[in-house]
Amino acid sequence: MPKISSVKKVLLLGSGPIVIGQAAEFDYSGSQACRALKEEGIEVVLVNSNPATIQTDLATADRVYIESLDSRTVERIIELEKPDGIIATMAGQTGLNVTVELADCLKRNNVRVLGTTVETIELAEDREKFKELMLKLGEPVPASASCKTLEEMDKFVAKHGLPVMIRADFCLGGLASGIAHTPEEAREVCGAAIKQSGTGLALVEKSLGGMAELEYEVIRDSFDNCVTVCNMENLDPMGIHTGESVVVAPSQTLSDREYHMLRTSAIRIVRGLKVEGACNVQFALDQKTGKYFVVEVNPRASRSSALASKATGYPIARVATKIALGYALSEIENRVTGKSACFEPSLDYVVVKIPRWPFDKLYYSNSIGTQMKSTGETMAIGRTFEEAFGKALRSLEMRVDWRQKTAEMAELPLEKALAPSEMRFNVITKLLFDNKVDVAAISKATGIHEWFIQKIAAIVDAKRALARNEMATAGDAEGVLAARKAGFSERWICEATGRSAVFVRSFSKTHGLNPSFKMVDTCSAEFEAATPYYYSTYESSSDAVARKGNKKKVVILGSGPIRIGQGIEFDYCTVHAVQALREAGFETIVINNNPETVSTDFDISDRLYFEPLKLEDVLAVLAVERENLEGVIVQFGGQTSINLVNGISQNSGAAILGTSTDSVDVASNRKRFKALTETLGTPTVKSGMAFDAEEAVLMAKEVGYPVLMRPSYVLGGRAMHLAFDEAELREKVHESIMASEGNPVIIDHFLEDAVEIDVDMVGDGKDYLIAGIMEQVEEVGVHSGDSAAMLPSRRLSAAALSKIEDYALKLAGALKIVGLCNIQMAAKGDEVYIIEVNPRASRTVPFVSKAIGVPIAKVAALCQVGISLKKQGFSSFPKPLFCAVKAPVFPYSRFPKADYSASSEMKSTGETMAFGRTLDEAYLKAVKASGALPKTGKVLVRECGKWTDEIIAKAKNAGFEVISVDGNASKVASIAGIGLVVDGMIGCAKVDRALCEKVITAKIPIVNSYYGAMALFDAIASCGGYHQLSKADLSIISLNDANAQ
Amino acid sequence: MGLPKAVLVLSDGSFYVGDSMGSPHDAYGELVFNTGMTGYQEALTDPSYAGQILTFAYPLIGNYGISPEAFESGKIHLSGVVSRQFCSHPVHRDSERGVDDFLSEFDIPAVVGLDTRAIVTKVRSYGVVPSAIIQLEGRTVEEALESSRRQLKGFDYSNIDFVTKVSRKKAEVFSPKAHQKHSVVLVDCGVKMSIVRELVSRGCEVTVVPANTEGKEILASKPDGVVYSNGPGDPALMTYAVASCREIIGKVPVFGICLGHQILGHALGAKTYKLKFGHRGANQPVVDNLSGKCFLTSQNHGFAVKDIPKRVTDWLTNLNDRSNEGLRCDEKSALSVQFHPEAAPGPLDTRFLFDDFEKML
Repeated sequence: MPKISSVKKVLLLGSGPIVIGQAAEFDYSGSQACRALKEEGIEVVLVNSNPATIQTDLATADRVYIESLDSRTVERIIELEKPDGIIATMAGQTGLNVTVELADCLKRNNVRVLGTTVETIELAEDREKFKELMLKLGEPVPASASCKTLEEMDKFVAKHGLPVMIRADFCLGGLASGIAHTPEEAREVCGAAIKQSGTGLALVEKSLGGMAELEYEVIRDSFDNCVTVCNMENLDPMGIHTGESVVVAPSQTLSDREYHMLRTSAIRIVRGLKVEGACNVQFALDQKTGKYFVVEVNPRASRSSALASKATGYPIARVATKIALGYALSEIENRVTGKSACFEPSLDYVVVKIPRWPFDKLYYSNSIGTQMKSTGETMAIGRTFEEAFGKALRSLEMRVDWRQKTAEMAELPLEKALAPSEMRFNVITKLLFDNKVDVAAISKATGIHEWFIQKIAAIVDAKRALARNEMATAGDAEGVLAARKAGFSERWICEATGRSAVFVRSFSKTHGLNPSFKMVDTCSAEFEAATPYYYSTYESSSDAVARKGNKKKVVILGSGPIRIGQGIEFDYCTVHAVQALREAGFETIVINNNPETVSTDFDISDRLYFEPLKLEDVLAVLAVERENLEGVIVQFGGQTSINLVNGISQNSGAAILGTSTDSVDVASNRKRFKALTETLGTPTVKSGMAFDAEEAVLMAKEVGYPVLMRPSYVLGGRAMHLAFDEAELREKVHESIMASEGNPVIIDHFLEDAVEIDVDMVGDGKDYLIAGIMEQVEEVGVHSGDSAAMLPSRRLSAAALSKIEDYALKLAGALKIVGLCNIQMAAKGDEVYIIEVNPRASRTVPFVSKAIGVPIAKVAALCQVGISLKKQGFSSFPKPLFCAVKAPVFPYSRFPKADYSASSEMKSTGETMAFGRTLDEAYLKAVKASGALPKTGKVLVRECGKWTDEIIAKAKNAGFEVISVDGNASKVASIAGIGLVVDGMIGCAKVDRALCEKVITAKIPIVNSYYGAMALFDAIASCGGYHQLSKADLSIISLNDANAQ
Repeated sequence: MGLPKAVLVLSDGSFYVGDSMGSPHDAYGELVFNTGMTGYQEALTDPSYAGQILTFAYPLIGNYGISPEAFESGKIHLSGVVSRQFCSHPVHRDSERGVDDFLSEFDIPAVVGLDTRAIVTKVRSYGVVPSAIIQLEGRTVEEALESSRRQLKGFDYSNIDFVTKVSRKKAEVFSPKAHQKHSVVLVDCGVKMSIVRELVSRGCEVTVVPANTEGKEILASKPDGVVYSNGPGDPALMTYAVASCREIIGKVPVFGICLGHQILGHALGAKTYKLKFGHRGANQPVVDNLSGKCFLTSQNHGFAVKDIPKRVTDWLTNLNDRSNEGLRCDEKSALSVQFHPEAAPGPLDTRFLFDDFEKML
């Protein structure tokens, strides 16, 4: 069948800032959809407020709007661009919600919904209608009801009994959901769900908790042909959100009959819904009886579809897009094998996904359940479950204190030790190793299928066998090989045998215990395939043969799972490096293990190794690719790849491209860095180092209070604390010491009332160019990742600006920066101080790139292979044509018991960007896109120290009614009607935890910085005050216009 | 480590050493692979694998054990098994025992722990080959290679009539519990029990007869329809079944499955040929040339039908290699498919074919 030929221009929505439950997977699906559309000669209009996405590149889409994803804004863009069609299913829940809201607008403007229709979306999302359809199809569903009030819920419970599962209607990632075992719990959870729900409805159903959870990814075309791309089994039982579960693909414990019973059901449902594209179907299976229930469907690209695509090599988003254009499945090519896309991938390996949680940032509890709390995930591939599981664990880069936590938890009574938590699998392993509990008891206590516990027991057995291994004979080598096949890393082998890494490495070398690489080819080797997509295992033959030819190769290290402090921006940079180097004629090789991202789309690079980003894994890839290897790029993978620099240079012949290893060390070694700044005469904030608490106290006296302490060589401000006196320092320094893992803790003097500045620049070793000088809106001390940033700056004096440029160029020159460099400074009046230099990609690279219209990560990548700035045609970078602002997005709604006060510990998960004619307008737009504008005209201002009066005056000037409460006063009586809370600033009295929880639960936006509050009220005042806000004529600026330099 | 070893030897001299599991004796067979990710028990008990050593491409075999519900025949017919890993602790409510134990009971050897992907790649590249599983207890690999050489040379899968070995020797009747609507004769060339179950569930009383039953004998029982089953080996050797089919066709509705499809093809004047490495898996896409609709099918065959006469409809085609997957001849009420509409293992998408056949009765 021919494609729908009337469609020439398609609107594609993105999913907005990274939040828990909606992460990089939608950049992956959206970017793939863009490519699939452009192949057909269709013009793509893309709207997304998240700048750190590949889909918002002008190289990906034709017309890009970095604008808020509210329906009014999208409607205005539709009126401007007049697209013929819209694809709603590549942008998560956000995309579905906006499309449903726009139904009338789409009709009015003759915009055709391509692929899965609004009717199907509504049918799948409306629990009642969905239930009706399931009953019609004869598909079993648990008893359920939509409840507006607690009384309705009570009635349901009286009829069907407990436990019940309660969810908020139309909400992402299980927000405000939970399982209630008692009537009291039910009322509590239901109350929260009604409040959180977009529709004021709580969905109550008979709990399926404890059953096995299975997912099928189905694709259906408009001719009613269906395939299931992949099935996945959650290790964690129903009751743990699938985003929180360890997931394995394909299913391991289902018999053929069960596999196909569910497959047939999934297809029947997708046909019943008339999905045209991809759909995820979730089942609960009672493995005691073999009975199943349909849990829910997602008729769109999802986190699971991204995982399924990476697990199988089948590009679901691409195929779904072609289907949306009218193609039949049989007409679409499986580009891996050159056969038809109308088939079901067959795997000859096992895939394991493990979530990454932010509990090291948002402490309070590490329990998991029906709500999603993880920020990202890692995936690993092996030939056995044990191998894939072990590789996934080591890809996770777990919190630094996981051993200690595991040991603590293993001491708890069994019920508590095995309660669902971040550490559950570590605890299970420990309990089995200590012979405290047997497999059956663990399975019973956790609801995890005994098969998986048996596999963990096998890993434990392998560890015991290793402990007896002398590592002397060939027989011992066979034992080590067996451990390798069971997923043991070098480090685990060292731990189990008590041998050093050097010994293990040389023993392995002597006995030839090297990994081989197998291909992910969609077909279990049945056909010859061209996928350049590999994973390591320990077997005889390798599919990854280095390519012949003269092309020079570059290995680019990715950044692993998304976590707070290391987000999608690094993936963005990785992809840019690949694109630039491919274009320049290099063969690009990516190593990464994040299944959500664009960089692990095997279409992006010439070769993809889906591997842990640990030294041994990287060295193994380098060994395969050593010929014609130009070198390794480590600048784009965040701290994950920077941490490997020394190991790579000491253990392989591969060159580290870009800034020298020595310069990297100067930048991160405080002593050497201090010496450098003294030589250059660039002032720094007084600072020192300490290995223990007593040293820290002495050092703090020397640099002067207040002090900021933080571990060295650690990512994104983790375990970073502010102390105003010795008592506070003693209270907090222990954690920083722990997190440092033997490296010293850094103690800085803390500059009050200063402006913090982020400078992003690019160098080629000779010339250095500043791409952007960003002013942080929030005060110094607030983590730069949690601060809004403005470009250009507005509070800096001319003298300060010229010093910033001067210092930046001096530092870059001294470090001979080749590639990207980010410098953080602080300005107090005309004085400028250097805080730190990061000779690598920073969080702000996508923001700066989009503001000035130059993809600086691409420029930097070319510099690293010796193509100078001059050769690239750059003698300076352009200034932004419009004002640009980025604003952070916080995950508080997922952690109602978290503390929302500002700190130097990063807590935000993502960011929005906006262009404006003025900084006020851009700021307002960015905050709007982040969803943090005041909800009513009434603000609650708690203690803001010396700024209190000024903030209140500004709020009033912006038309707000102000309720001011002294921080020391007793509890805030009520938050009814409050539309914004100003509270939790650095250096103020501690927040009132009860208020904190109330505010978070009521979804009231929070401002927790002095300057942030002022900037917001000023911006609102600039457009006529709060009462004009909804009518404000905010600009809509395309990236094409913004980048028309 | 402590396990006894065995070696898989291919006729080209290449070999793979692994752990000896199942029954510790030597075995010879044509080396084939299956890419299904579930359904090992159905494959083990499928008579169509007679004379073959089966490599499971999916590395984990035996996860859910052996269930009394998943037998496709009373025993294991294949000669040997090659796998990456056998599950030592199967967990499933229906499981009675593990796959290792099951193989031992039927005297079938397995070699486990091999790089099965390398073996699949080899078979894909060079085609199916004679192979052997040789025990290494008390033998070196060289001795094992030497001892198997001659027998491997002499092994010719295409010249052995496996059907006679696996077919019933006496007729057997399966009746529906209630509402018998039709009587069907099922010619047992190595039939999978799921075919019988599908027919019985549609109200057919099924008389399963030996493969060499003559056409007139079948017609004498006045059946409403005749089904030719799946089975092992080269269809060109099936002269007796082709003859009976030729006699029956046009007189009562005929449905052929897998080898039955090839027999029907021969009876209608088509030819068959050997595929390089066959189709064995649960993900084979087939398109209906009449409606354009696509189906995912379960397959297990090493030969295919070609040179289809004009009066016969080239009904279904494999989307991967464009080989024939189904024939129909409406004027003679005959239809046949190369794949397994009864699934077991595999997708249930084409079970409607039994409905179509029932409508013809």
